[in-house]
Amino acid sequence: MVRKLLAVCLIWLVFGANLVLAAENVVIKGSTTVLPIAQAALEVYMKAHPGVNISLSAGGSGDGIKALIDKSTDIANSSREIKDKEITLARAHGVEPVAHTVAIDAIVPIVHPKSKVNGLTIDQLSQIYQGKITNWKEVGGDNLTIVVVSRDSSSGTFESWGHLVLNNARVTPKAQLQASSGAVVQAVSKNRYAIGYIGLGYLNTSVKGLTVNGITASAKTALSKEYPVSRPLYMYTNGQPTGEVANFIKFVLSPAGQKLVATEGFVPVAGEAKENPLNKGKKR
Amino acid sequence: MSRHLKETIIRGIFALFAFASVLILALIVMFLFREGLPIFKEVSVADFLFGQEWYPTYDPPAYGIWPLIFGSVIVTVFSCLIAVPLGVLSAVYVSEIAPASIKDITKSIIELLAGIPSVVLGFFGMVVVAPFLQDTFDLPTGLNIVNASVILAIMAIPTISSISEDALYAVPSEFKEASYALGATKYETITNVIMPAALSGISTAVILGMARAIGETMVVLMVAGGAAAVPESIFDSVRPMPASIAAEMGEAPFGSGHYHALFAIGIVLFFLTLFFNLIADYISQKFKEVGSATL
Repeated sequence: MVRKLLAVCLIWLVFGANLVLAAENVVIKGSTTVLPIAQAALEVYMKAHPGVNISLSAGGSGDGIKALIDKSTDIANSSREIKDKEITLARAHGVEPVAHTVAIDAIVPIVHPKSKVNGLTIDQLSQIYQGKITNWKEVGGDNLTIVVVSRDSSSGTFESWGHLVLNNARVTPKAQLQASSGAVVQAVSKNRYAIGYIGLGYLNTSVKGLTVNGITASAKTALSKEYPVSRPLYMYTNGQPTGEVANFIKFVLSPAGQKLVATEGFVPVAGEAKENPLNKGKKR
Repeated sequence: MSRHLKETIIRGIFALFAFASVLILALIVMFLFREGLPIFKEVSVADFLFGQEWYPTYDPPAYGIWPLIFGSVIVTVFSCLIAVPLGVLSAVYVSEIAPASIKDITKSIIELLAGIPSVVLGFFGMVVVAPFLQDTFDLPTGLNIVNASVILAIMAIPTISSISEDALYAVPSEFKEASYALGATKYETITNVIMPAALSGISTAVILGMARAIGETMVVLMVAGGAAAVPESIFDSVRPMPASIAAEMGEAPFGSGHYHALFAIGIVLFFLTLFFNLIADYISQKFKEVGSATL
């Protein structure tokens, strides 16, 4: 699969390079979680800089870092920190990976506003999503069956949730599937049996966000890494970026770029854009 | 240009249009198989069809679509249980019983029902039917088999009703007249003469209605709940095949096992609808009423 993907990228590169011979090319590869941010940013960026051609593909964080090491990409998107092994390998290839934190991915478990439950531990969440805890009374709620609402298995939120909460154990097959974060909010807001999870940016007053291990999810706790279901999202470059690559990353970190980050449901890492949809969540 | 040549050219153009759809279908089927078959290098056909676990994005992945097939079949069967009596009986009423003024109104309203976009019906199921079911039966979730079946039935009724109606109209009036002449009442005429004579057409209508329900995507994506497990009760959530394809295709990496598996689900759906169409065709050929009773 990886080889096929690489082949597709290669064809796309050759093809793309022919089309815009004179223009600047930036190649971005890596994490599917970071994909929506990169996608939104490059659309705006390319509109503002007509000469620049940015190609983007997502095959996972590992693929992105691999591509950075063999110099087939300018930017490697990653939803995890680069491993020591990868750094060693990169240095052997004359590549010096530099991390740029572009956003924080914080995911909040949500329940119906009338639920008695206010918080759960990571372990309880994991048990619920694996189908091992099936009644709310086991975690301090009413005597109601738990209806587990999950995202479709290809979404980045699903992947992050699986990684941070379930430790990659399988979600129960009885979990309901919703195709978007908006649909999860809709389903949970109408169902006092349900539990769901969404990116912090999607939290609103129609549902109740739960604390995890006693910590309320907010931009602040996510940034300070107190909130456990959060992780920074990175863009890795080879050395300090120059030229268009540097401009692009500067754009992602600018207030305009960080606003896009918030629109996509992530927590911005820098500057004024922090407000946006997050305030809604604090009012609840 | 001679008339003969003109005739030939026109005939050619018509043939071209006729074959265009055949060609398009052939290309789609080819594409479907080209993208779907590679999954069987990773998993056997039996494991794919009858596997209980659908975890396409995990490592190692599990590509069993039995819960999805089961979900599709069960919502289709239940929707037919609702739609067939409603569709067929409304067709009988419209074509045989209703006075002309009511007939026109009822007929156009049933046809209007066919024009409602499925996403609107799905939304209706999500925000109206689901809370209603949940409150009435005190269920954990209103997004379940019953909800999906009701909404699919609403979608299948116009198909079943209008094709049945055509079949009922096609019954020669001599049949009815002969029945009345023998002293039969209207009810006896409908049940003993008209219905049996139109049976092949009605069966075709039912099967085409089923094919419509099994292929419907938006409704089942929105109201069936989407649990990829074989249900234990009719109030459990299911994830029919089209819902799985629609929800997951967007982000399945191109050329991955998951991608091929979704296309393979498409192949299964293709065969199911093909099967339904063949049955419909067979019935309409086999049980065709021939002959007439004129003097």
